Amino acid sequence: MSEKDSSAILIKDMWFSYDGYTVLEDVNLAIPKGDFVSVVGPNGGGKTTLLKLILGLLRPFRGEIRVFGLLPEAARPRIGYMPQHAQLDPQFPATVMDVALMGRLGHGRPFGLYSRKDKEIVGEALDQVGLYNLRKKSFSSISGGQRQRLFIARALACEPELLLLDEPTANLDMVMEGDLYELLHTLNQRLTVVMVSHDLGFVSTVVKNVICVKRKVLIHPTSEITGEIINDIYGSPMRMVRHNGAGAGSCHSS
Amino acid sequence: MSQFLTDLQHYSFLQHALLTGILASVACGIIGTYIVVRRISYIADGIAHTVLGGMGAALYIHRVYHWHGVVPIHGALIAAVIAAIVIGLVSLWAKQREDTVISAFWAVGMAVGILFIARTPGYSEDLMGYLFGNILMVSSDELWMLAGLDVIIVAVGLLFYNQFMAVCFDQEFARLRGVNVELFYLLLLCLAALTVVVLATVVGIIMVIALLTLPVGIAALFSTTMWRMMAISTILCVIFTTSGLVLSYGPDYPAGATTIIIAGAAYLGTTTVKWVLNRGQS
Repeated sequence: MSEKDSSAILIKDMWFSYDGYTVLEDVNLAIPKGDFVSVVGPNGGGKTTLLKLILGLLRPFRGEIRVFGLLPEAARPRIGYMPQHAQLDPQFPATVMDVALMGRLGHGRPFGLYSRKDKEIVGEALDQVGLYNLRKKSFSSISGGQRQRLFIARALACEPELLLLDEPTANLDMVMEGDLYELLHTLNQRLTVVMVSHDLGFVSTVVKNVICVKRKVLIHPTSEITGEIINDIYGSPMRMVRHNGAGAGSCHSS
Repeated sequence: MSQFLTDLQHYSFLQHALLTGILASVACGIIGTYIVVRRISYIADGIAHTVLGGMGAALYIHRVYHWHGVVPIHGALIAAVIAAIVIGLVSLWAKQREDTVISAFWAVGMAVGILFIARTPGYSEDLMGYLFGNILMVSSDELWMLAGLDVIIVAVGLLFYNQFMAVCFDQEFARLRGVNVELFYLLLLCLAALTVVVLATVVGIIMVIALLTLPVGIAALFSTTMWRMMAISTILCVIFTTSGLVLSYGPDYPAGATTIIIAGAAYLGTTTVKWVLNRGQS
């Protein structure tokens, strides 16, 4: 199988600039199907920009991006996306179910009500993130962490082959973070996961590769991540935390 | 009150007025909800004021050129839809400040209307009717036209409920799900334009915004879903327009202004009660 067939995401010689300022420089990247990638890097380094380029919400200045061998716009139906602590109106009159159902848009009828099948799929997605019992609650009444999980459910409701998550662990406490990684690990058995991380708390047993984004983009297998690489990304000594399974972790200072 | 009920059986203008209020309320509840949750009431108000330009131009053509097929509501419709599309396009694509463009439409629309009406021979009372409503003057032709507009607004507004909700809630996500975000936004503004024209008959273009937002504002206190917000605000709007008509009839108050006072008092009352109750809880 050629690289093109087996890649979920393939980026070649891609440059992106915003208002004349180069945000991403000469990106070459191949993420195989079934991979679990954590995207790390400093604030403003271009992590979210990279996700938006993969989604086709932004266009590269030069180079090409292919998702499942297609242009990003064409691949959208196969991508589930969870935006970064979404700047959405918390007072919006909708139930948890209403919000998750938005993931079914574009699947069924062009107008009218959602089908029973849509509701079943969404029910399952809510169940997976542990929100099924809250499905009739209003969006305004649930907590920040619950909203986070709701947006993951909405992304799952798209029945994606590729899941793009922008800082899914923001607003989550340690226990919920552990649960989330477990969920993503399960999902990774059938789909490709790309996740932007707000810190270096990547789970070595779950994440297979780490993409470092700081104008340039480099990919490393998780096992090869060293203190040097981290210093290189962030430009200052950082504390590296490695979680090994259920809470038994060791901390290294570099 | 009893005087109103007796007269209602005898005078068709009162029956028309009552029906106009009810028709307007349905459009108002549905589109008002979208406008409030998407927070674009300023755009709706801009469109409302632009309508005067169209009304004035149509009236001028009607009186000066004796084109009797052209009546002010035609001009109102054209002006409203043009304003909706231009403001929509600007807010979607242009780098202009959106509120500046809305203000420009708002003021220029009114200025055009006032000039036309000033140059139109005949009674200048028309201007007052357009500005503050003339629900007691609705002819049966106009009533049919309002009913037709109502059907369009309600059908489109409900048929694409899911899309409109997604576009109002999270535009970026809707786009990723293949919803044509720009098209639905413009469609929503056009529906708002039609609603404004229907409501302008009831309360006049200056006070349209109150009827679009106040019932929804009250309904929001009791709704966790959008369709419920639509249902409650429609019912409230029927209550406000009908009671405004009934209460103003005896003492011969302006019906539009009476309706708005009732709606405003209800909004103030419910939000205050809600606030006091919430304070008691915490």
